[in-house]
Amino acid sequence: MAAVAFHKKDSTPAPSATPMVTLEGVNKWYGQFHVLRDVNLTVKRGERFVICGPSGSGKSTMIRCINRLEEHQKGRITVDGTPLTEDVRNIEAVRREVGMVFQQFNLFPHLTVLQNCTLAPIWVRKMPKKEAEEMAMTYLKRVRIPEQANKFPGQLSGGQQQRVAIARALCMRPKVMLFDEPTSALDPEMVKEVLDVMVELAREGMTMMCVTHEMGFARQVADSVIFMDRGEIVEQAPPAEFFKNPKSERTRAFLGQVLAH
Amino acid sequence: MQQVDHLTTTPEAPPRGSSGAFVWVRKNLFGSIFSSILTLVICGLIIWFVPSLVEWALIKAVWPGAGADACRAASGEGACWAVIGDKWRLIIFGRYPFDEHWRPTLAMLVLMGTVLVSCDRRFWSARLIVVWILGMLVFLWLMGGGFGLTSVPTGLWGGLPLTMMLAFFGMVVAFPLAILLALGRRSSLPLIKVVSVVYIELIRGVPLISLLFMGSFLLPLFMPAGTTIDAVLRAQIAIILFQAAYLAETIRGGLQALPKGQSEAADALALGYWKTQLLIVLPQALKISIPPIVGSLISLFKDTSLVAIVSLSDLLLSMRQAMGDPVWRPFFVEAFLFIMLIYWAFCFSMSKYSQYLERTLETGHRRR
Repeated sequence: MAAVAFHKKDSTPAPSATPMVTLEGVNKWYGQFHVLRDVNLTVKRGERFVICGPSGSGKSTMIRCINRLEEHQKGRITVDGTPLTEDVRNIEAVRREVGMVFQQFNLFPHLTVLQNCTLAPIWVRKMPKKEAEEMAMTYLKRVRIPEQANKFPGQLSGGQQQRVAIARALCMRPKVMLFDEPTSALDPEMVKEVLDVMVELAREGMTMMCVTHEMGFARQVADSVIFMDRGEIVEQAPPAEFFKNPKSERTRAFLGQVLAH
Repeated sequence: MQQVDHLTTTPEAPPRGSSGAFVWVRKNLFGSIFSSILTLVICGLIIWFVPSLVEWALIKAVWPGAGADACRAASGEGACWAVIGDKWRLIIFGRYPFDEHWRPTLAMLVLMGTVLVSCDRRFWSARLIVVWILGMLVFLWLMGGGFGLTSVPTGLWGGLPLTMMLAFFGMVVAFPLAILLALGRRSSLPLIKVVSVVYIELIRGVPLISLLFMGSFLLPLFMPAGTTIDAVLRAQIAIILFQAAYLAETIRGGLQALPKGQSEAADALALGYWKTQLLIVLPQALKISIPPIVGSLISLFKDTSLVAIVSLSDLLLSMRQAMGDPVWRPFFVEAFLFIMLIYWAFCFSMSKYSQYLERTLETGHRRR
């Protein structure tokens, strides 16, 4: 859909060897429904993963498990060495290091753009207000909306709101960024402005996991593309291989549908 | 400055006969046969009722300053406002020592000032809590004495100051309690949830009057012998407990109106439960529930008259006690009208304020 300009991938920094996120035999059920089946995944520092698949395939559930917005019932999830357990301290430690961008933006409507960005640094990181505001402004500049700092989210367009949401997550200086269909709720003409920001972020070496159907984005920045169906990882491969030679029949069928238009 | 006009037609004035007083009357009062009949009937009632009311309340009325004899002479024809002139201090202040009436007056002004400050959205911050604590302490000091003022036991408190105290203190103290109950009812911790649900449903299931009764007659039976709780305090506690249960449900309505994404976003930022509630959830939820909150304050203000059951002289009872005077007893209707006017003035202002808030917050909340 959105035509993102293609760049050579060689210019991006090489991923280092330490794992940032590992999922080992992760299972989850909603009642009787088995949403995640034995998911195994390792994301190294600086790696960029794109996760795709039909709706209901468990891709959002999987990345929501990584910051414990959803609870997995079996298996192990480790983020930067911290295992996700019942322990609230572990959960909060993980959440401090994991930024998340939602499909519906989820900005706080009663706070200005700047307050949205400084809230967590001030209350969680205990950063002085002035310092937090300066940092927020640098991130708002990077997502190209510093002039909107004192507006309320409701006064911005969808694309601008999503860029604020990215800036808000970045203000916690996360080690990993999770994107849960960040462009699905946007009008077509606003998709590009958000993808551009994400591409830039990927180039700077941020570890990223993106659930998205933007295959152009996957080709351009992903180190690895994951196809999920019915709660399991069906295929995982670098984009060139993933798009050229999908091994599984299910992947081929899915790509046929997504890339048809 | 000339503008390029892209319209192909020029704007026209609306056709004649689509506005104006005559058109309004025809459209709204005589729109159909039924509407015409209703209009005529109501006009008839007004013509029949209003002149005699004006005659009774104004033209043939006996004004303050005249004696009870003048009232008795005009009995049945004109209102006896003289009774208000003679008894108003007794009605408003109850049995509070006559020479100290300046104290409840000042106390009421302090309380009203605190309420008015709370009405202004610019003052909506944590500092308001301090203002209220100070306001309530000053009120209690002026009413009860001590620190240089002669002591007045609560048994002598009465009238409007007591009514105001029971209503506003009840509301303000119940408020934080209600927030905790509302959060508790939505808590994922089973024990806290059960306690909140049981409390809310138990209290909401019984009339306020029975709580007041229990507080006054049953509670002392369970207390260790010799300990007594002040009657006013007991009534105040019963009102707080009652109001907290109702408010909790109102606030829960606001909490449920919030999209789940708000608390998820806060969770993802590692804000933790209490910061999420205080910084994200409650500011938005309370904004939504302000109109019903003011609505329940209006109910509470009138419900305070139930404390008469435990012999507290609120405005209503102090009026009836004032009318115990055999000289003025026949003119209780006028005294009733007088306190009705006071209740109405309070409740109508609150209602107007609620409408104002609804208007201003509506736009505030649509910004998303």
